[in-house]
Amino acid sequence: MLGKDRVGLAKAWDAAAAREIAEKLKDLEGPLLPILHAFNEHFGFVSDEAIVLVADVLNLTRAEVQGVVGFYHDFRRQPAGHHVIKVCRAEACQSMGSEVLAERLERALGISFGDTTPDRRVTLEEVFCLGNCALSPNVMINGELHGRADEAKVMALVGAGQ
Amino acid sequence: MTMRIYVPSDSAALSMGADAVAHAVSAEIKSGKLDAKLVRNGSRGLLWLEPLLEIETPQGRIGYGPVKPSDVKAILAAGPAGEHPLTLGLVEAIPYLANQQRLTFARCGITDPLSLEDYEAHGGLKGLRRALDMAPADIVKEVTDSGLRGRGGAGFPTGIKWKTVLGCEADQKYIVCNADEGDSGTFSDRMIMEGDPFALIEGMAIAGLAVGATRGYVYIRSEYPHAFAQMIRAIEIARAKNLLGVTVLGSNRIFDMEARLGAGAYICGEETSLLESLEGRRGQIRFKPPLPAIEGLFGKPTVVNNLISLATVPVILAEGANHYKDFGMGRSRGTMPIQLGGNIKRGGLIERAFGLTLRELIYDYGGGTYSGRPVRAVQVGGPLGAYWPEHLFDVPLDYEAFAAKGGMVGHGGIVVFDDSVDLAKQARFAFHFCAIESCGKCTPCRIGSTRGAETIDKIMRGERVVQNIDVVKDLCETMRDGSLCALGGLTPMPVMSAMEHFPEDFDRKPALPAAAE
Repeated sequence: MLGKDRVGLAKAWDAAAAREIAEKLKDLEGPLLPILHAFNEHFGFVSDEAIVLVADVLNLTRAEVQGVVGFYHDFRRQPAGHHVIKVCRAEACQSMGSEVLAERLERALGISFGDTTPDRRVTLEEVFCLGNCALSPNVMINGELHGRADEAKVMALVGAGQ
Repeated sequence: MTMRIYVPSDSAALSMGADAVAHAVSAEIKSGKLDAKLVRNGSRGLLWLEPLLEIETPQGRIGYGPVKPSDVKAILAAGPAGEHPLTLGLVEAIPYLANQQRLTFARCGITDPLSLEDYEAHGGLKGLRRALDMAPADIVKEVTDSGLRGRGGAGFPTGIKWKTVLGCEADQKYIVCNADEGDSGTFSDRMIMEGDPFALIEGMAIAGLAVGATRGYVYIRSEYPHAFAQMIRAIEIARAKNLLGVTVLGSNRIFDMEARLGAGAYICGEETSLLESLEGRRGQIRFKPPLPAIEGLFGKPTVVNNLISLATVPVILAEGANHYKDFGMGRSRGTMPIQLGGNIKRGGLIERAFGLTLRELIYDYGGGTYSGRPVRAVQVGGPLGAYWPEHLFDVPLDYEAFAAKGGMVGHGGIVVFDDSVDLAKQARFAFHFCAIESCGKCTPCRIGSTRGAETIDKIMRGERVVQNIDVVKDLCETMRDGSLCALGGLTPMPVMSAMEHFPEDFDRKPALPAAAE
């Protein structure tokens, strides 16, 4: 799981499938985050329909679910590009030039952090620490961690899979 | 005899291509040229050498690193007795590793992380077996006597927390492991989950026996997908082998646990936010009191401990409180897994008794900066820790000694910066990070963080520098004294330490009018 946050692998909205996912997880203690993660992974993002459905299954208000979805950085409200590049911009990576890398990637892709290229090939996101601080700077591409990253390495990784 | 070859599956090793190396080893084995078995171990923590390949010999394990897939054929053809440019000799004799005192990390990188047999053969389950024969109060006493303090950063005595939960009457109690390791510069929790997950499971089971809790959760940040997957596998194995379940190790005691995934919120490393998140709500912090020990997860008495604290419990029970307590200095007993990162030549995991200095860590272990330029600053204790200059590098690593100098040990992360660092920029980032991650519950943190970043912007532009520095100081005081939790309360630490120790970086001049056009 998790590595698959790519639109190419995500499935189109299917209310029956969504309900099945939610029903399967609803008896966990504290089921909301596991269900939202499952939706995020299965459908690539958490849609308005998904919010309505999970509110119904868990007997919560839509506002409560929406509030939780909005609080956490992980839950997407729209599909990501085919490749998701997460660039670590926390202190350890800063000490190894992550800000220069971040600017270069923005320029090379022609987008800002949080955006997806118009051809929907790449989504660029920032992240604060990937837990690989002795091998900075770090990026995570489609769930896979890459240490000692540079622009050429990152662009090759997202170019190769297009 | 079948030779064992080790290639780590730790994230740090994977990030440098360990899977491709493992694949090359497998191909050599399949070709029938050697009688060997590939083991995917955790990392030894010598991270600049990853991927570190090891070959077992009767004398010990011979290391090679950093290995590329193209090196594998020649390394294996030469064999452990042969010569290869990447040979490091006996791994245990590498000074970086030989000069450590590994208690919590005793098995990490050595064993197959998912082999319970391997775990037991290397001292695992001894602590839990002993705990099963002890009264709950005696287990708590053992942990209290060991002097173990919360390794998440706050340094609260673990045994005292447990005693509170033990003293509560409830139909259900919980053990919650905080594995939301969000501090930049830290990775020890991740290394244990990936490299020795049974140590955490055993520690949580012991905690359960000690306080009368039958259920546990480990809350893992989503930035750690490999650690999460590994914990799920380890929990399944532990259940299948009766380490978890209704008959813990064949006894009549019950303990089971689940791994849960965070969702990208730094604040969920704060214990009450974490509980909110586990319950399925926004990760907003709770007012204290009531303490989580009394009213925690789902309102029930709950032990919330950092992963390293829990993973250290088995060795304390196995070897006794005194064995652990004999390490360390002052009120900081035992060992600390220190994580050395940032701009450093030899970054990694160094577990040592409290009392060693930053100078030893940065120069003796770390070999100075990766860039080769002079060290100018270090940040110890994550994004809420102080920036220190070289003249403080001789302060011994100890909770109280660090606090006396305006710093904190935190979760033991050290981030090194060379002389290209701009401390005004770092101070601005501290506010910016707080603004992004604030849960929004209290005003000093929610508003103060944004106002702080704006004011530092003014300083960096050279606008009314003296007055704006006073504004920042005043704001820091408000955030420190008025915030509900450590995020707002400690963001002033990196800001104020940067201004105190590196004032020259804040002494900005306005841009010349011509240049501003």
